[in-house]
Amino acid sequence: MKSSKVKQKRKEPQKPKGEVTLKIDGREIKAREGQNLVQVARENDIFIPSLCYYEHIDPPLGTCRVCICEVNGKPAPACMQKVKDNMEVQVNTPEMEDTRKAIVEMMFAEGNHFCPACEKSGNCGLQHMGYEMGVSISRFPHLFKDRLIDFHPKRIIIEHNRCVKCHRCVEEVRTQEGKKVFSLCNRGNETVVGIDYEQEAKLTQEEALAAMQLCPTGAILVRGMSMAKPFGDRRFDKKSVQKEENAKKAVVEAAAKAAKEKKVIATLSLAGCFGCHMSMLDIDLGFIDLLEVVEFNKSPINDIKEFTRQCHIGLVEGGCCNSENVETLREFRKKCDILVAMGECSIWGGLPAMRNMIPLEECLEEAYLNSITTVSGEHIVPYHEDLPKILDRVYPCNEIVKIDYFIPGCPPNPEHIWKAVKNLLWGDHYSILYSEFKYD
Amino acid sequence: MEASRKRARSELLDCLWEYQNQHGYIRDEDMESCSRQFDISKIELEGVISFYHFFHRRPSGRFIIYLNNSIVSEFKGFQRVREAFERETGARFGELDPGGVFGLFETSCIGLSDQEPAALINFHPFTNLNTLKVRQIIASLKQGVPVDELCDEVEDNIRYIPPGKRAVFFREYFPGNSITKLGGMKPEEVIEEINRSKLSGRGGAFFPTGLKWGLCRQQEAKPKYIVCNADEGEPGTFKDRVLMNAMPGLVLEGMAIAGYAVGAREGILYLRAEYSWMKEKLEKEAERLYRMGLLGKNAAGIEGFDFDIRLQLGAGSYVVGEETAMLNSMEGKRGEARVKQYYPIERGFLGKPTVVNNVETLCAAARIIELGAGHFLKTGTVTSPGTKLISVSGDCHQPGVYEIEYGMKVEELLKLCHADDPYYIQISGPSGECISMADKGRVLSKDDLSCGGAFMVFSKHRDILQILLNFAAFFKEESCGVCTPCRAGNFILQRKLEKIKLGLAQRSDYDDIRQWGHIMQTASRCGLGKTATNTLIKALDTFPDFFEVQQGEGLTRKFDLNKATEEYEKFKS
Ligand SMILES: Cc1cc2nc3c(=O)[nH]c(=O)nc-3n(C[C@H](O)[C@H](O)[C@H](O)COP(=O)(O)O)c2cc1C
Ligand code: SF4
Ligand code: SF4
Ligand code: SF4
Ligand code: FES
Repeated sequence: MKSSKVKQKRKEPQKPKGEVTLKIDGREIKAREGQNLVQVARENDIFIPSLCYYEHIDPPLGTCRVCICEVNGKPAPACMQKVKDNMEVQVNTPEMEDTRKAIVEMMFAEGNHFCPACEKSGNCGLQHMGYEMGVSISRFPHLFKDRLIDFHPKRIIIEHNRCVKCHRCVEEVRTQEGKKVFSLCNRGNETVVGIDYEQEAKLTQEEALAAMQLCPTGAILVRGMSMAKPFGDRRFDKKSVQKEENAKKAVVEAAAKAAKEKKVIATLSLAGCFGCHMSMLDIDLGFIDLLEVVEFNKSPINDIKEFTRQCHIGLVEGGCCNSENVETLREFRKKCDILVAMGECSIWGGLPAMRNMIPLEECLEEAYLNSITTVSGEHIVPYHEDLPKILDRVYPCNEIVKIDYFIPGCPPNPEHIWKAVKNLLWGDHYSILYSEFKYD
Repeated sequence: MEASRKRARSELLDCLWEYQNQHGYIRDEDMESCSRQFDISKIELEGVISFYHFFHRRPSGRFIIYLNNSIVSEFKGFQRVREAFERETGARFGELDPGGVFGLFETSCIGLSDQEPAALINFHPFTNLNTLKVRQIIASLKQGVPVDELCDEVEDNIRYIPPGKRAVFFREYFPGNSITKLGGMKPEEVIEEINRSKLSGRGGAFFPTGLKWGLCRQQEAKPKYIVCNADEGEPGTFKDRVLMNAMPGLVLEGMAIAGYAVGAREGILYLRAEYSWMKEKLEKEAERLYRMGLLGKNAAGIEGFDFDIRLQLGAGSYVVGEETAMLNSMEGKRGEARVKQYYPIERGFLGKPTVVNNVETLCAAARIIELGAGHFLKTGTVTSPGTKLISVSGDCHQPGVYEIEYGMKVEELLKLCHADDPYYIQISGPSGECISMADKGRVLSKDDLSCGGAFMVFSKHRDILQILLNFAAFFKEESCGVCTPCRAGNFILQRKLEKIKLGLAQRSDYDDIRQWGHIMQTASRCGLGKTATNTLIKALDTFPDFFEVQQGEGLTRKFDLNKATEEYEKFKS
């Protein structure tokens, strides 16, 4: 308890709700007293990340903590602040930026988020925050906690892997009789949002859809209604909300024209989908220019199967799901001076890591023994000394060998890949547009 | 009217306890009836039930056994006792035995660190357990001996009081000696006397008590409430237990005095369920005070001062000790810490002005009124006057409660308690800090080493990593789960510690711990998340040699292909 604050409140007579002046990042801003800080900032084109904040809920939920800023010199969630005269707010200090980013990364590490396979992708608040803050890789280890998907309710499906426990649904979704439909259950890291089947059945289709809209992530889905919007029209398919910041990033210098020493590249696809390789080719004619300065050694692009020399750089797509992946990756580490993990799968496992929450035995049984597509009488799990052995889970490359750099994306944008490579090989200026970073 | 038919939500915890005690768990029928009585959806009920460790939704046996898994217990033979319980009952921890008689569960500190390993059986205390004792207990239970005949008398273990007549707490208690002093004092004078004594909160935050009371008095809203925080959940702390057991009347008088000072008519003592065995004693003492006219209408003979006290039993949660979480819990909700929009003195229990004070604070206040602030000011140091109750446990020959004067040095206390080769000392429990013998000259006081009440001593041969892992598991389990940094962060840091244990940590992992710990401190909503990483970060600074040795070669070089393909090898036919 802060004595000074309370005392102040007592002494000052309640001012009429008038105009106040506050400072955000040094900029003087006028607002109405008692307005929410996130709102005030938004109206003045200053972006304060927020996830659980929802204008209509008072008091604000204050659960996600991604809105942490310095208020009068102390870290505090912005969504909990009502603006006051002479308030000093620091939004974009390096420490606060990093703290907010860390919290978003924590959410990605805590849940099981496979954006390319998610119905909410493009409409998702969490994903949006990730992009806006430039989250490329979670500094935290992915926890891969096994969570079920609840298909019991009549209209709604709860995807527990994606819930960030923001409380929005808990506070806002009620039946006509005023009964809560959602509640948090358990506590600590076991906390989940539970749904009341009986009450849920009383919701109308519109109310269920409203709940889906309300959820900032893809945790609340309504049967048959999930992919309502086509690509391009989704909520966050637009430009970055941080206009100024974005403009800054848009200054891309032309690649240095100086004569370049020819370098040798190797590429590799492990447990991935070849999407990253396809993306590399997507620079179209640029590829021909590229060939003037680089030479490919072992790579699926030219189908060279064995290394013929030491390479300057190696690009790895995919993580390791079997023993052969591990051996190949280790060989790459030896043969490449710089090793780059390219794409989500190589960075943390990506889509193949969807099996990490399930024991291997169950996966194999499902795929080979219980699967209805198996030829009858052939119910066996393949095992032969010539076959690679399947690992207990999918490993990101950096858990097997040292990785020097990471290029995020699923798949990464081609411009992004080549800019990074040019930067690493010749020190070319490196600056990435929001649109190149936002791969979904 | 619709509203008048439904039960007040603040009765929910009591109602759930009734069902829990009746059947050993809360059945579907009970849910049905509860949901009707309180007019809330079943999921909301489920949310409350699943928050508290002692409520069960599945049959949990006629004898529910909670074995304490705190670090002191771990060092005093927890593992052997745990195995003994499994062997003797035939149940596994977390489950029931096949006959449905015994349910075994682990639980966080139960406030008996001076007599570990300890367990609660149907909430009766069993202390100083060993394999043999467990066998006898279970055999007797099987023969039908009632639990209350078998259980142990909990020792108070009051080991030290200041010399002369300087003791504040542990001096003889005469009912009414304190509260009757109110007769000649105005409420403002009571607050003034408390202010003069410089008494500050003993629950860990050290907020000046007089100031808190004064601010609450100024509030216009009515009614006001006094809440006594008897949740004492911080592992290694048991001073409130001893106070309530040794002189239950003192804390009740303290509550009444607070009520008189701020203008409240109702006091609620929130007793942690782990201390259920003291419930009857406290209730009897309250009855006695009522009979003596010290509580109730015109309490202590003061015309127009009515003060009633009731008891609220908790249900197993550490974070509920945080004052706003406690208010939620008293209102029959999940014990989640509230957003800091209002202080409890502004909007507390049911939205009304509420003073929340620790047991020790209220006892001190009662003594200050009884003996005068002058007595209090004579003890301790100038800036930290008074005495402080310290719960000493761990590797020492005299574990128990020490009423020390502020100003005592760490080494003096170590000597008093006959510590064995002390090496690592945990001050104020896991959320506090750790010190080494380099700090033995530091002074226990508000200015130097402020101690919430726990003083755990560990000798050289204890594994620091084991201590830290135990704390990490505690925070992971006890986080209320509301905010991201604490809910996810504690989990993530526990994984990091496990990595160190496996010998896989690199220097960068230690940097991560510092940075991530700092992020949790900055961004968490309540004190739990803000303090959960204090010890961890401090330990890295205090015991660098220890961590140097732990450092391994790094995960990348430790990937074991054979181990990773072990599971698949099963399919070789
Ligand atoms: C996680 C957490 C747990 C706490 N547990 C307790 C407790 O068990 N007992 C207690 O008196 N105070 C506890 N507190 C402190 C209370 O929030 C509050 O500050 C205290 O009850 C105020 O009383 P005081 O001013 O008399 O110390 C806890 C705080 C936090 C953040
Ligand atoms: S909920 Fe959002 S962040 Fe999570 S998988 Fe879906 S789109 Fe990605
Ligand atoms: S389901 Fe959605 S709205 Fe509800 S808590 Fe989870 S993320 Fe928030
Ligand atoms: S810090 Fe931990 S205990 Fe406190 S509100 Fe956040 S999750 Fe709950
Ligand atoms: S937006 Fe502020 S805490 Fe979630």
